[in-house]
Amino acid sequence: MNDILKIADQNLESRLFIGTGKFPSKKIIKDVLETSGASVVTVALRRVDQDSEDENILDYIPKSCLLMPNTSGARNAEEAIRIARLSKAVGCGNWIKIEIISDNKYLLPDNFETIKATEILSKEGFVVLPYMSPDLMAAKRLVDAGAKAVMPLGAPIGSNRGLKTKELVRIMVNEINIPVIVDAGIGSPTQAAECMELGCDAVLVNTAVAIAEDPVSMARAFKLAVQAGRLGYLSGLGSTGSEASASSPLTGFLREEEKV
Amino acid sequence: MSFYDVYKQYKDFDIQNFFGNVESQMIQKALNVPNVSEYQFLSFLSSRAEPFLEQMATRSSQLTRQYFGKTIQLYTPMYVSNYCENECVYCGFNRKNKIQRKKLSFDEVKKEAEFISQTGLKHILLLTGSSRAQSPVGYVKECVKILQKYFSSVSLEVYTLTTDEYKELIDAGVDGLTVYQEVYDEVVYSQVHQAGPKSDYLFRLDAPERALSQRMRTVNIGVLLGLSQWQKEVFLLGLHAQYLQDKFFDSEISISLPRLRPAKGMFQPACVVEDKSIVQMILALRIFLPRLGITLSTRESAQFRENLLSLGITRMSAGSTTEVGGHTAIVDENKKNVQFEISDTRSVLQMIKFLEQKGYQPVLKDWMAI
Ligand code: SF4
Repeated sequence: MNDILKIADQNLESRLFIGTGKFPSKKIIKDVLETSGASVVTVALRRVDQDSEDENILDYIPKSCLLMPNTSGARNAEEAIRIARLSKAVGCGNWIKIEIISDNKYLLPDNFETIKATEILSKEGFVVLPYMSPDLMAAKRLVDAGAKAVMPLGAPIGSNRGLKTKELVRIMVNEINIPVIVDAGIGSPTQAAECMELGCDAVLVNTAVAIAEDPVSMARAFKLAVQAGRLGYLSGLGSTGSEASASSPLTGFLREEEKV
Repeated sequence: MSFYDVYKQYKDFDIQNFFGNVESQMIQKALNVPNVSEYQFLSFLSSRAEPFLEQMATRSSQLTRQYFGKTIQLYTPMYVSNYCENECVYCGFNRKNKIQRKKLSFDEVKKEAEFISQTGLKHILLLTGSSRAQSPVGYVKECVKILQKYFSSVSLEVYTLTTDEYKELIDAGVDGLTVYQEVYDEVVYSQVHQAGPKSDYLFRLDAPERALSQRMRTVNIGVLLGLSQWQKEVFLLGLHAQYLQDKFFDSEISISLPRLRPAKGMFQPACVVEDKSIVQMILALRIFLPRLGITLSTRESAQFRENLLSLGITRMSAGSTTEVGGHTAIVDENKKNVQFEISDTRSVLQMIKFLEQKGYQPVLKDWMAI
């Protein structure tokens, strides 16, 4: 299947993105990434220890993965911008996932601050992928601000509840012309497949893999599910529009009449 | 508003009477709701909850994995002074005691920092002792500046400060604060804090809030178990953590549950807190506040730490010493200390190994000053 996801100037083979928090060891992260075939991996810059020789998480990331540091821990645009700049300065490239959480109870992203940070960082040449609450107007503003993809949540981080925001994400998929990547809340391969069938461009998974009994085989399960969902979408899944569509059109006779 | 208003609502609350009315079904029900109420949290602390410990553990462990994964953040304390102006009856460092007092020079602070940083730890907790005269804010600030060169995150455990002073230290790069109320019961508080600035109950109670109002990133609060009936103290601690979490939505709140151990010739604890009770309170707190950080000090035995690991703990100290300059006694002349310190240093590594063996990722760096 020649189906490449293009973000900024990068062609990505896989539509599965992996997050690296919560894993029991760095070694497992490496195995997970290799097995999942993920093209993009996100790492919290706050956990990257550049000074350490043997404890640098970046050493566990396969060369085939594109590194997307995130601004986890940022509470407002200003902090996110500082983290992003720091990330570039320490050689982590110019991709950045903006993650601004000013609510520690539900861990929901702050769309307003995210738009601010996206605008400034895009101008500075970053490839910005913002994590957001699925809201069409906010997504449009993010596009205007220079985002290269938008990452709406399916459900709160770590909740494993699946695509609870389905209707809102569906609207975003229909209306937004940059890739839509579901981030957060995806707890099972079925749910990942559901996102892909809906027409999302990719999914980002972390907790579901990290806390699985066997994270490596769970990574494989997600890889296959994302492929299956995507294939289902491309093969033209029957739409589930709210209007009924009869298999023999009710007005078919009009065309019959035309022929006469 | 201050947490004192919440405290007032509960200070005369008859907890024994409440516990007398707790029934098994209530606990069972509380175990199956998504958001636990204050009273459901309290019911988890009753003796009626004891038969449900296993079920509570399952829930607590699942919530901890969900929110924190299999990771444990490590940090170490560094004492730079042990001068004290207070008289806390339970503490050996109280100003009336004749112990050797010491305060590190900035050179010594640097040496200590250099030494600790070699273990790979990136989080440091600076303790200055409770003497404004000996370790004024300017001294603390200078220490912070030095530590910042070696660590990505500097937290403080010092005497309580004013709002402006917290702001000054946050601007200097401090991102975490530890301040234990020790005991919430106001009457007991005044009995055990007999003299010195710490005897001001309200000034201490509001300290976390003063720091958070200046955007302190993380605040760790705690009770000294043994000073008063633990159930009520842990209940108030949980309410305090909840109050701070709700009011300062974007800060990280964590708690500690240090135990006062009975020692000869010393203050006798008002109540002895058993291992089982520690387990019960950790589970109850986790279920009540799933996002709460829970710190476990190295004063607990290795075996107990191991057993608690999967139940709700998120942060542990490693390679601790409670001596001023204790980490670098090694680089000084005293041969006897050398051996002692090597084993102490190893304990950071041992802790890392221990966590890895148990299937946990030791997190040495979880934040950086930005
Ligand atoms: S203020 Fe701290 S060091 Fe001083 S006596 Fe009290 S507990 Fe001990």
